[in-house]
Amino acid sequence: MITVQWAYSLAGLMFAAFSLLSLGDRANRKRFGNAAFWGLMALSLLAGSWLGDFVNGLLVLALAGIAGFGLMGKGAPPTTSDEERAKWSARLGNRLFLPALIIPITALVGTLVYNYTPLGSMGLIEAKRETYIFLCVGALIALGVLYLWLKPPPAAPLQEGRRLIDAIGWAAVLPQMLAALGVVFASAGVGTVIGEATRSVVPEGSVFLTVLVFGVGMALFTIIMGNAFAAFPVMATAIGVPLLIQNYHGDPAVVGAIGMLTGFCGTLMTPMAANFNLVPAALLELKDRNGVIKAQIGTALPLFAVNIALIYFLAFR
Amino acid sequence: MSHYLVLAGILIVVAGFALRLNPMLVVTVAAIATGLLGGMSLFDIVSLFGKGFNDSRLIAIVWIVLPVIGLLERFGLQQRAAAVIRGIKAATVGRLLILYLLFRQGTAAMGLISIAGHPQTVRPLVAPMALAAAEQQHGELDEAETERIKALAAATDNVGVFFGEDIFIAIGSIVLIQQTLATYGYNLAPFELAIWAIPTAIAAALIHGTRLLLFDRRLRRRGK
Repeated sequence: MITVQWAYSLAGLMFAAFSLLSLGDRANRKRFGNAAFWGLMALSLLAGSWLGDFVNGLLVLALAGIAGFGLMGKGAPPTTSDEERAKWSARLGNRLFLPALIIPITALVGTLVYNYTPLGSMGLIEAKRETYIFLCVGALIALGVLYLWLKPPPAAPLQEGRRLIDAIGWAAVLPQMLAALGVVFASAGVGTVIGEATRSVVPEGSVFLTVLVFGVGMALFTIIMGNAFAAFPVMATAIGVPLLIQNYHGDPAVVGAIGMLTGFCGTLMTPMAANFNLVPAALLELKDRNGVIKAQIGTALPLFAVNIALIYFLAFR
Repeated sequence: MSHYLVLAGILIVVAGFALRLNPMLVVTVAAIATGLLGGMSLFDIVSLFGKGFNDSRLIAIVWIVLPVIGLLERFGLQQRAAAVIRGIKAATVGRLLILYLLFRQGTAAMGLISIAGHPQTVRPLVAPMALAAAEQQHGELDEAETERIKALAAATDNVGVFFGEDIFIAIGSIVLIQQTLATYGYNLAPFELAIWAIPTAIAAALIHGTRLLLFDRRLRRRGK
């Protein structure tokens, strides 16, 4: 069976190549830092399942140390100039989009075919991981097509990939760090404390104010944790189930579904949701690390208000 | 009162981000402090931190697309995306991003989350297209406008996914809602939950779409 470890291994090999190429990049004064950082990332992806929790923990501390003490720089992989790119673009025309579409189309068609034909029941791919596998397959097909069509230098894909990963830098790893922090928070009982505290501010007798505290709690705790998934069980246990559903007889489906979406409004407003907010800022080379968040607040706040109103009017029909 | 001590980790995170310290260090210190205040040993904290990191490696798989995206950029993909938009006279930042928003909501509602995203589509296609549309309509952009347009492209991707995915019945958050409520004896089918994601999805499209059109108007009105 194709397990998700295959995808980890493929990504691990890619990071290992980034590490080696970084090592040889004399234009980067901090090349050893980059090599070590991407090398550890490769190790985690290739061997993380067998290293044991404590060694994985040490690995994460090392990643944090390298990034946190400014030991990473930006490499200068060989690439084309803007003029050359404009020339290529004119010469190749819209055919250039075709390889770009191979990845999404492979992921799309692969997922659909796998789920809606008997193929899926044959157990070829680890359950619920098929999109990730098809994403990798799509990337490999696209690479093959590009090699055959445009005949780039053999190392070009890895060098160009390194150019992008260096532009993102440690932000590429931050989402996983935050997920790990969430696990520590949960295990230390942060959720329970927050739940009790929120519960203690709910005024008696007012359905609307209870909905409001539930929504604010979802959004705020999501902002703190960077993830509505961490907030939902806490707020459901503290307010959603005992007060909104049991006490005031709210519709559990509405409270659950729209409660979660109220948390998503918080996700739009927090740097803790690094993969949605900080990583794209790095990827698009924005000057302001919080630029994406600032562009989202104007949508998140009105939508939050709409969600509160939706819970109030739909759950208590 | 003492059990409120575990919240110190949250304070560290908030202060660290506010002071613009390196988030990797801030997160690590917050994890260790929270664990110690919660009565864990250092060995247990490091192990737990490592386990949490290791269990979330799925997040890293998406980087697999970088060599392909980088290679396509080498051959002028961003320039090509911009050229296509320059060929469409009616294209504006707002209209283009609204189209992308609806595409993203629609496909996410079918469970197709990873077919697009910041590395896959926003950086190579959507952001350069949006910039080209703005330049075509309004001439040279200053740095603040360029930054804002790129940020809006990323924001549109997020809004599209967040408020589309819960319409799909087999998405993680629907499963989580279902499981959480089931522990209290409310056994809901995923479909019953997913259907209530639709009103918010419509509201998200209306609010974000309106903001995008207002952005068009703001660009139009600025001094030339």
